[in-house]
Amino acid sequence: MAHIVIIGNGISGVTAARHIRKMSNHEITIISGETKHFFSRTALMYIYMGHMKYEHTKPYEDWFWKKNRINLAHNHVKTVDFKTKTLKYLNGDTLQYDKLILAVGSKPNKFGWPGQDLDGVQGLYSYQDLELMEMNTKGVQRAVIVGGGLIGIEMAEMLLSRKIPVTFLVRESSFWNNVLSPEESEMINRHIREHHIDLRLETELKEIIDDGSGKVEKIITNTGEEIVCQFVGLTAGVSPNINFLKKSELETDRGILINEHFETNIPDVYAIGDCAQHKNPPGERRPLEQVWYTGKIMGETLAHCICKNKKAYNPGTWFNSAKFLDIEYQTYGWVYAEPKEDEESFFWEHQDGKKLIRINYKKESKEVTGMNFFGVRYRHETCVQWIENKQTVDYVLEHLKEANFDPEFYKKYEKEILVKYQELAS
Amino acid sequence: MTEEKSLSIANPHSGIDIIQKIGVALAAIGTIVLLIAWADIKISHHGALLALSITSILLGSIIYGVRTYLTVPEGIKNNNVWHSSFTNGGVLGWLAGIILTGFYIELYWFPSLLGLGADGAKNTGIVALFDPLSQFIKGQPASQWFVYGTIYTLLILALGIKFMLKYRHNRYQLIRTIVVIISQLFLAYLIPEILEGLNTKGGYFAKDLKYMWPLNYYFFESWHLNNMVDGGNLGKFYLVWGIFSFMIATPVITYFVGKRWYCSWVCGCGGLAETAGDPFRQLSSKKVYAWNIERWLIHSIMIFIFIVTCVVLYGYFTGSDTFLGLSIYSHFSKPYGFLIGSMFSGVIGVGFYPMLGNRVWCRFGCPLAGYMGLVQRFKSKFRITTNGGQCISCGNCSTYCEQGIDVRWYAQRGQDIVRASCVGCGICSAVCPRGVLKLENGDTERRDQPISMINGKIELTN
Ligand SMILES: Cc1cc2nc3c(=O)[nH]c(=O)nc-3n(C[C@H](O)[C@H](O)[C@H](O)COP(=O)(O)OP(=O)(O)OC[C@H]3O[C@@H](n4cnc5c(N)ncnc54)[C@H](O)[C@@H]3O)c2cc1C
Ligand code: SF4
Ligand code: SF4
Repeated sequence: MAHIVIIGNGISGVTAARHIRKMSNHEITIISGETKHFFSRTALMYIYMGHMKYEHTKPYEDWFWKKNRINLAHNHVKTVDFKTKTLKYLNGDTLQYDKLILAVGSKPNKFGWPGQDLDGVQGLYSYQDLELMEMNTKGVQRAVIVGGGLIGIEMAEMLLSRKIPVTFLVRESSFWNNVLSPEESEMINRHIREHHIDLRLETELKEIIDDGSGKVEKIITNTGEEIVCQFVGLTAGVSPNINFLKKSELETDRGILINEHFETNIPDVYAIGDCAQHKNPPGERRPLEQVWYTGKIMGETLAHCICKNKKAYNPGTWFNSAKFLDIEYQTYGWVYAEPKEDEESFFWEHQDGKKLIRINYKKESKEVTGMNFFGVRYRHETCVQWIENKQTVDYVLEHLKEANFDPEFYKKYEKEILVKYQELAS
Repeated sequence: MTEEKSLSIANPHSGIDIIQKIGVALAAIGTIVLLIAWADIKISHHGALLALSITSILLGSIIYGVRTYLTVPEGIKNNNVWHSSFTNGGVLGWLAGIILTGFYIELYWFPSLLGLGADGAKNTGIVALFDPLSQFIKGQPASQWFVYGTIYTLLILALGIKFMLKYRHNRYQLIRTIVVIISQLFLAYLIPEILEGLNTKGGYFAKDLKYMWPLNYYFFESWHLNNMVDGGNLGKFYLVWGIFSFMIATPVITYFVGKRWYCSWVCGCGGLAETAGDPFRQLSSKKVYAWNIERWLIHSIMIFIFIVTCVVLYGYFTGSDTFLGLSIYSHFSKPYGFLIGSMFSGVIGVGFYPMLGNRVWCRFGCPLAGYMGLVQRFKSKFRITTNGGQCISCGNCSTYCEQGIDVRWYAQRGQDIVRASCVGCGICSAVCPRGVLKLENGDTERRDQPISMINGKIELTN
């Protein structure tokens, strides 16, 4: 029986712990400086918006951990001595491990903007950030959000729920168009504006100005425009939270470098989740994957590696989902902002401008490579099977309704979609 | 995080605009008329005042709903639910709960306080206010039950329309709510009241086609059976229908679509819960201990009503007033009627909406829901399917499940939700931000194991 210590009680660390417990009798300790219990980071916005309380974001009740013999330490690790296998906490206490799992997650990016550390300027990643945002947004007349990604639009929605006017600075020429194709991106631009968010495309933050007391007074954009505001949200992406490990012999780049079995360069030390950087990512996947389900898959696979036999990271076909204000988004396979050279793209948009379906496929073989769905829900399993079985676009469009996952009685559009495809094809 | 303890009913962060205020004021005027009558302050022009009250409650709710929901893009509208003390189990919620509970106590045990005239005396108070409407519909003065039925139906109608405005993007919710409103308005209210008026000679029997045993706990009591048998063709029809509906129709329909066809589509208790109770659905407890209490309680009540029914049927067929030397009335039917029929389903079931959520009775008490729950759990095509690996464990589904089902627990494992208590309201599916949940009637096996995705595909595990 070994002592397995996990730094980080996010989805990756907790999934690893749960599966190690299922498969073994090892002693397990999870450490987190953030909150005592695991909560769902993806639900932070809903706490602020009053849809839920913190309690509701905990996927397991508090008795769960003791019952499953998982020790919880609410503490902050300052350093790791890999030679003696000892962790040192901020308060000076130490802890020995036999195996160490680093699941330390991310932190918001800050790009060295002047004024980025003023009061009223913050990112949104942790529970503490949420508490800070609660304080920072009291009585605010206008907020500015910098960075047009998924957290940026969530933050805009949060502020809207408190009727705080939002100016949204997006560096790109259209929202998230490094990921979304032009039509999708344009649809989201429209929807953002429909919610009375002041969306500024091709606009960057140059400087944040102090009001004289250390608080934000206004910002200046790259076009020289001044925007008076009392809150600035920095949401220009996240990066691995590994500063406390940087000076050690652990091999890092942007994240902690790992092989396909999550092994770092140091024996008995593994890394999973947001903080891990794959040296050989599978398929077209990126070295850093900062999404919920990949953390889950990494945690479960690592538990196998530790307790049973080595298993390579194999998350299968890419998928993801998000919600842009009221528009739900699901994606299966790879749909790049611009189709690859050997690819063609078919898309259909509903006249209400809030539903859109895109299917990318190979020009030659017509096999489907990826699908984007906006405002209509589709079944994960079926879509991914089509892609893996290399079904043609004609086949997929003919069978599309079989994958429809909208609630009962919803209007179905598959016929209309097929007709549009056939018209284009002939 | 510090909790907001705001005293405002409306969203404390947004404030409400003048048109919303007009809506609220109108509904408040209508309610105040009812409260004045309830307080037995002398008023005249009952007909006109009642018409004013009903119209302003209806109109006020519609104005408020239209202004609140139609001026913003369609979507989920749960902002600040946990910030308002009306909806987060705070002071205002308690206040509303106490008033409601008081009303129920008077209704069941002290109808004279509501103004019911004793022994043919003229009605006063709130009952008198409803006399003109009762005269119009059934040619008799009002009873406390007529008052109750009218207010109940009005609430389902007015707040049902508000609910439809709130969920206008969701066709499942729209159709379900139209059906629930129509069921209440016609099947539970107008048709029975009109029939009651036409059939003044015979004794009373329940004339709501969908109010079946064992929810209708007095169905098999001797007086009720006698009144049906003596009630001409109509009475005999209700007798046959009553037996057919619980013995055959209920299990068959529940097999095909789950108990939702009843609980969230036609039932009156469910109808009130889904409309007037909608602002309180998040207050139900999701803890495992609450689930344990639920299973014990609802099944005990099923056994209770089963025993009571056997005993009253024994009484009916043997003509005896006693069973094993115990009075059937005071040892069986009366305790059930008092404890379960009145206390639980009425006082706690509705009075405690703002404290315990809107489905306390349906979840912990209703023996009909318990019966259909067993069918749904063990022999039904109904399930809530989860969408592969898309769940982000956010918890919206569990939070807004009025039946206190920890939907997330299943969704994050990729397992179908097959639970006896699910009433199929569809709200979990509506509030899920990742499109993970779908209520379905399927022919395939229901998936009762978690999935795993570590081998590059979605697989079942054991
Ligand atoms: C607002 C927001 C919304 C998101 N929405 C989505 C979404 O909709 N879908 C999606 O797929 N992904 C979403 N993500 C991303 C997703 O939440 C992350 O990918 C995921 O939470 C990462 O999990 P993890 O376990 O790797 O790390 P984390 O959840 O970050 O957990 C790491 C934990 O380790 C702790 N820790 C770090 N260092 C130390 C130390 N030295 N000592 C003690 N404790 C330490 C941290 O405090 C933290 O609690 C969102 C992220 C944010 C911030
Ligand atoms: S599980 Fe979903 S459909 Fe069933 S009762 Fe709960 S919220 Fe309603
Ligand atoms: S609401 Fe949807 S994403 Fe959130 S926990 Fe429930 S099923 Fe998962």
